[in-house]
Amino acid sequence: MTFGQLPYDIAHLLGGAMLLLSFVLLYQRRVQAVINAFAWQGGVLALAAAWQGAMQGAPELYLTAVIAFVAKAVLIPLALRVIVRRMNLHRSVETALGIGASMMAGVAVVALAILVVLPITAGARAIAREDLALALSVVLLGMLMMITRRNAISQVVGLMSLENGLVLAAVGVAGMPLVVELSTAALVLVVFVVAGVFVFQIRERFDSVDTAALESHRGEGAGDGWRGEGASEAPRGGGQP
Amino acid sequence: MLTALSLVIGGLLLLGLAAVPLARRPAGVRVVHGGCVVACLLLVVLAAWALLAGGGGVLALPFGPPWGRALLALDGLSAWFLLLLGVTGAIASLYAMAHPAAQPGAVPPFPLFLAGMAMAVVAADAFTLMFGFELMSLASWALVAADHQQAENRRAARLYLMMAALSAACLVPAFGLLAGHAGGFSFAALRAAPPTGWLAGGVLLLGLLGAGGKAGLAPLHVWLPLAHPAAPSHVSALMSGAMTKVALYVLARLLLDLCGPAQPLWWGVPLLVVGACTAVLGALRANLEDDTKVLLACSTIENVGLIAIGLGLALAFRGADLGPLAALAAGAALLHALNHGVFKTLLFLVAGSVLHSAGSRRIDRLGGLIHAMPVTAGCALVGIAAAASLPPLSGFASEWLLLQALLAGWRTGDIGFQVLAAAGTALAAMAAALAAAAMVRLFGLVFLGRPRTPRGAGAHEVGRLERWALIIPAGLTLLLGLLPGPLLGLAQPALVALLGPAAMAPARGFALLGGNGEVAAWYLPLALLLVLLVAGLLVALAVRARSPLETRRGPVWNCGFINPPDFLPFGDPLSQPTAGGIAQPLRRMLGTSLLGAREAVDMPRPGETRAAGYTASFADPAFGWLVLPAARLRDAVAAQCEKLRDFTIRRCLSLGFGTLLALLALLAWLEAH
Repeated sequence: MTFGQLPYDIAHLLGGAMLLLSFVLLYQRRVQAVINAFAWQGGVLALAAAWQGAMQGAPELYLTAVIAFVAKAVLIPLALRVIVRRMNLHRSVETALGIGASMMAGVAVVALAILVVLPITAGARAIAREDLALALSVVLLGMLMMITRRNAISQVVGLMSLENGLVLAAVGVAGMPLVVELSTAALVLVVFVVAGVFVFQIRERFDSVDTAALESHRGEGAGDGWRGEGASEAPRGGGQP
Repeated sequence: MLTALSLVIGGLLLLGLAAVPLARRPAGVRVVHGGCVVACLLLVVLAAWALLAGGGGVLALPFGPPWGRALLALDGLSAWFLLLLGVTGAIASLYAMAHPAAQPGAVPPFPLFLAGMAMAVVAADAFTLMFGFELMSLASWALVAADHQQAENRRAARLYLMMAALSAACLVPAFGLLAGHAGGFSFAALRAAPPTGWLAGGVLLLGLLGAGGKAGLAPLHVWLPLAHPAAPSHVSALMSGAMTKVALYVLARLLLDLCGPAQPLWWGVPLLVVGACTAVLGALRANLEDDTKVLLACSTIENVGLIAIGLGLALAFRGADLGPLAALAAGAALLHALNHGVFKTLLFLVAGSVLHSAGSRRIDRLGGLIHAMPVTAGCALVGIAAAASLPPLSGFASEWLLLQALLAGWRTGDIGFQVLAAAGTALAAMAAALAAAAMVRLFGLVFLGRPRTPRGAGAHEVGRLERWALIIPAGLTLLLGLLPGPLLGLAQPALVALLGPAAMAPARGFALLGGNGEVAAWYLPLALLLVLLVAGLLVALAVRARSPLETRRGPVWNCGFINPPDFLPFGDPLSQPTAGGIAQPLRRMLGTSLLGAREAVDMPRPGETRAAGYTASFADPAFGWLVLPAARLRDAVAAQCEKLRDFTIRRCLSLGFGTLLALLALLAWLEAH
């Protein structure tokens, strides 16, 4: 199976689409658009998993595809939308790192991923190699998104997108046990719940989901009262002396 | 035999585990230490058997590091140091049986400490050796830190741990360099591929830093005077008597055995120079300290220096192809290691008994103990005379051999080395004289004179078991002093392991033989004992003949002071010399330049009513030049690292991301090449 054969080309196309959506995620500055792009990425991931299932003759991958679609393309984006609506973040625009700079960094990261993966997997099947390179790129772009954003919701989306890359790598390799995928999916849901709770807590205390607001409350100086005192402590906006 | 040996070591390890529940009650502590006595006696038997009958091959244990199996072997060198370990360990454990009042935390690490030392000594591959060495270091750290309620003990334990880590950080690369060159970790593989060029130089430097730091060679000796007083007495005895020797064993194994016999003459020079400086520094500090255990630790530094001189000379003579002289120097080093191990164990145990009975380690609070503790005083006298290298005791025999080897240094033919050997002779002789002065000061102030405190006056003789723990090493010190010839004959396999099959022990029958046959120099301890006995008898008879009257006790002349009043039952404290007072001449002569000693008299002006004061202090140069800069460096690095904690969340994430990217880039670069 190599270039020019339909199964390979479609798998390649789906992986490439995920990478493209990662770039879209990196490009978007509006929170709603970010959530949309993330939902699209989840959908493409479900398609990729289903296609791999058909190709490898592995029925359990269909289950993975269903889970990915339900969780990542429907439930999580819906929940994120609810959060955004409740917090009235429809119009928020953020500028942590310039678009041009983050695009260039993204391209460099993808080049690095390809440089690393292709020589290592010289003996493996072509499809596994491409898949791994694409998946690693998606993972790295997810991390890049986490560090270029200030908004807590965007950071959560970056983490989810990173996990999408991991699932893409997992479905591309024949013989990955279903248990691993199921547990990964469960893990992601837990992470999402925790992250959502955190976002609400941050918002409640600091009137903003900008994580920079947290930074004045770190450290062990006399000024920080909120560590260990629980929720009854009134939020302090002034920061450390 | 090796199977029995591995079983003994395994038994000690199990004893360490069993000691955790047993340490709660005195009977259990006694059982643990009794088990240690039995294990050490077994080690002595096995070592003596190996020395007499040959050790036999290599035992591969059924477990080990991931790439192979742990190897044990008992060649001559291992057996000699195992003998030393067994003897000192048995004595120290016997003493510990008599003293179940020790900290409960100090019980479980003790068998582990013994097991670690035994494992390091009998290992036949680098991994097992380092494993045993580190077990020894960690267990002894736990023992030093056992009494961690006091801040000075915590400080000592921290410094000790840092020094142990430094030793490991030097020894692991040293063995790594050798193993990388040889392609294997077993001693046989290492021996087959001796290093050359810069590789050999690196091994020499790292070995000297790693094993020398653990042994107490200058300038890495700073931990000894701090760690020894912090540990319980039987542990400091073992640390001084056995652990420093295990480090010297590693040094000898690494430099003389594993690096092959073809190393050049200059290889001995670093050991010779460092050893001579260590010996003088240790002996001088021993004269200035006023704490019995610190004083003994400084004397250990001096003796380790002397042994290092012997090893360095052996290396140099072997490089100059002077086989008999190399055997002389190596024999001196081995014999002194054993002798020092026994008498220093004795002296530390005496210091422990004095601490227990008279309540203090400080010389200025002791005094006159010969009346209250006659047996202890007698045993202490034997140990102190040996440490002062008086004939016919054990210290004299080995130091005589060492000086013979040093005096033969001119035979190498290299003018630079001849000068160094001459200077080394002078320094070694000076160290021996200084050590004698320190020992006289110790005995005179602690056991003679009058008690200096009420607590000291209430001292009592030690119990029966403890008494035996002192009498046995005292008897051994006498015996080793009288029979150095047969002992060196026993050490013949160790010399062969160090110097090759042609090495002959410098002994004939009961005599020690200096020079290499052409320059005849003999030391016959039995004949000397006879001469001393006859001379003593003659003097006694002459005295008796000259003064036929009965001996009478007269009033003590107290240096012109009037008799003390009734409210000073122990005499006027000012009419007895103090530790600082006796140290003053040497402090002024040598301490000012070498140890930065200072004195200050604080005299009140006329009309002022406060008392005059006198303060004297000194500082070890290694602290100022080595430890304090290292501490400052540590603080600077820690301050830099502390800045990482102030990073924002995004910068923390970026740090991880950047590291990941750098590693991936490194991977890509490695693949491209």
